[in-house]
Amino acid sequence: MQPKSHLFKEESTKAIGDANLQSALKNLQTGFVAARARAADGLDEFEALRDEAVTLKDHILANLDFYLERFEEKVTEAGGTVHFCATAEEARQTILELCRRYGAKSVTKGKSMVAEEVALNPFLEANGIEPVETDLGEYIIQLAKEAPSHIIGPAVHKTKEQVSDLFHEHHAKYGRTERLTEAEDLVTEAREVLRQKYFDADVGITGANFLIAETGSTIIVTNEGNGDLTQMLPKAHVVISAIDKVVPTLEDVSTILRVLARSATGQEMSAYTTLSTGPKREGDLDGPEGFHVVLLDNGRSDLLGTDKQDLLRCIRCGACMNHCPVYTAVGGHAYGWVYPGPIGAALDPHIVGLEEARHLPNASTFCGRCEQVCPMRIPLPKIMRHWREEAFERGLPPARERLALKGWAWMARHPWAYRLAARIGIGVMGRLGRRRGGRFRDLPLARAWTKSRDMPAPEGRTFIDRWKAGERG
Amino acid sequence: MSANANARPRVGLFVTCLVDLYRPSVGFAAVKLLERGGCAVDAPLAQTCCGQPAYNSGDRADTAAIAKQVIEAFEGFDYVVAPSGSCAGMIRHHYPTLFADDGDWARRAADLGAKTFELVSFLTGVCGMTEVEAKLDRTVTYHDSCSGLRELKIKEQPRRLLATVDELELVELPTAETCCGFGGTFCIKYSDVSAEMVRRKSDDIQATGADLLLAGDMGCLLNMAGKLKREGADIQVRHVAEVLAGMTDGPAIGEEG
Ligand code: SF4
Repeated sequence: MQPKSHLFKEESTKAIGDANLQSALKNLQTGFVAARARAADGLDEFEALRDEAVTLKDHILANLDFYLERFEEKVTEAGGTVHFCATAEEARQTILELCRRYGAKSVTKGKSMVAEEVALNPFLEANGIEPVETDLGEYIIQLAKEAPSHIIGPAVHKTKEQVSDLFHEHHAKYGRTERLTEAEDLVTEAREVLRQKYFDADVGITGANFLIAETGSTIIVTNEGNGDLTQMLPKAHVVISAIDKVVPTLEDVSTILRVLARSATGQEMSAYTTLSTGPKREGDLDGPEGFHVVLLDNGRSDLLGTDKQDLLRCIRCGACMNHCPVYTAVGGHAYGWVYPGPIGAALDPHIVGLEEARHLPNASTFCGRCEQVCPMRIPLPKIMRHWREEAFERGLPPARERLALKGWAWMARHPWAYRLAARIGIGVMGRLGRRRGGRFRDLPLARAWTKSRDMPAPEGRTFIDRWKAGERG
Repeated sequence: MSANANARPRVGLFVTCLVDLYRPSVGFAAVKLLERGGCAVDAPLAQTCCGQPAYNSGDRADTAAIAKQVIEAFEGFDYVVAPSGSCAGMIRHHYPTLFADDGDWARRAADLGAKTFELVSFLTGVCGMTEVEAKLDRTVTYHDSCSGLRELKIKEQPRRLLATVDELELVELPTAETCCGFGGTFCIKYSDVSAEMVRRKSDDIQATGADLLLAGDMGCLLNMAGKLKREGADIQVRHVAEVLAGMTDGPAIGEEG
């Protein structure tokens, strides 16, 4: 996906004015937050489980080479192939070659953020291969020609009415002309339309939530079961995943799965947890002939050993987004790249560059709720702060902003000047404020504030001046 | 506690720039509460701000310079107390990080951090205050400012003391833990997003039916008061210290004096 993060300000303003989007976001906010709280409260050892998952993931990151080698060995033993790709371009090419090898005209796809990261769909289309998304949310946004706006609910920004319109428009060609309004009917219709696509596809592409070093298996976690059909029916199953998804054993995975589902949707477990290990063996009744795992680095290994390594613990649960007041106000598209919300604000600058994504780590109040709910205890605000520091050192913030900040900092470092300016400024504002009923409706130098809210007036003399004069209350 | 167990602990009041400039009455309420809690209070004149605007804008050099000034002005006290979870959190948690690799300053920052507290949690946790002498016939609701809540774990302390104010009724705000959208310079740099956040907050506050909104941080209070006033809501806004100190005779935030 082409990054558009530099447009965050404009896009966020647009998003706030979009009534449909706002009503969709409202549901998201209340639903997921309450569900996670219930799930966390309902499990006494939830906090201990989080700690366990963090320790485990840190251990993996410290031994990433070892586990990746192990994983490759096991995949090969099972008859599959691992393709290591350093860049998005390499990953796209690898997948295209695989599709050609299996003579694919169309491919079915399970949900994969990494496929979004490498912009797989437009690339396949440009090369004459039709990609069909089978996850309901992904399918909806594919019809709408949009990008996902959330990592676990790609279409949370769409209202039911919008989905109804989309299906009405796109399903007519399959002879389905009735306009549906009930969620259940919409799901059923999508399933029926997709059924034929599963049989037509020559290659099935899925993502992976985990890669198991011990067995060479890949795991996807879904609530729809569409992943199973995507990988079982076609000639070949191609898994696209990132190198940081590897986990030593199945036992370890179960620890992480327990925090993942609770953090994501508030469920105890996701409905489907599907393991894939190699292609169909002799005597197997079904399964693909080919099994390929495309492992993407795309800058991730550069994070190892840096102050941002903790980002690689992310298990893509989306809890940080659901709890982020900025994300829930503007939605995912405003972030302008694959990973939105707090994790996007912390990760995207690394992958798409700080010049492109400078706004993202800044557009946060540092309220800290993302870190509070992140099952992997990723210090998201701290990482955003690192980016702000890097941006400041490189002179990226606009000159006007830097100048204002420097001026203020100079005052803060010179108490006599600060006191003098404060006395004069606050004195004037206090007098004016009293004439205006204790608040300002419009302050020319603070229009960004007074455009939407009043500015309370100061009382008139500073505390320190009054204290110095011996006042005590 | 101080060296002499009988002496009253000496508290340096870090008044915070917003209280100093906008609402000195909160500073005086803090002094009154601290004195009732058995402390001797002084407010060093050399203080300006804790440095958060620079810190959150990525300007580490200026932050460090400002932080050193605060350390020098306050390290002689037994405790440092601020009527703000955000500024107290800055000194307590972020100063030590800032100087982590800076020898002597690392030690001084850590020492200062360890004795720095937010006002209400200091009253309950260190002074052992369990009730206040105050009366207010109002239905109030309380917003948990983010830094106090998440960096300093302040949640039940203000509620516990508010429960001892005569005639006061507390109704909980269901989204009390959701950021109001102030965020220091965030509210200026991303003003549209901030405005949407405070709009939602204001709706939620009005839905509680309370006639007074309280919180422990001036930044959030200015933001929420500004929005409530703009919408013409008939809800007053005050810093929690004013109520606990029984100092609610003066005008509320953003109201006529
Ligand atoms: S950063 Fe944490 S909360 Fe956000 S998606 Fe990753 S694991 Fe989940």
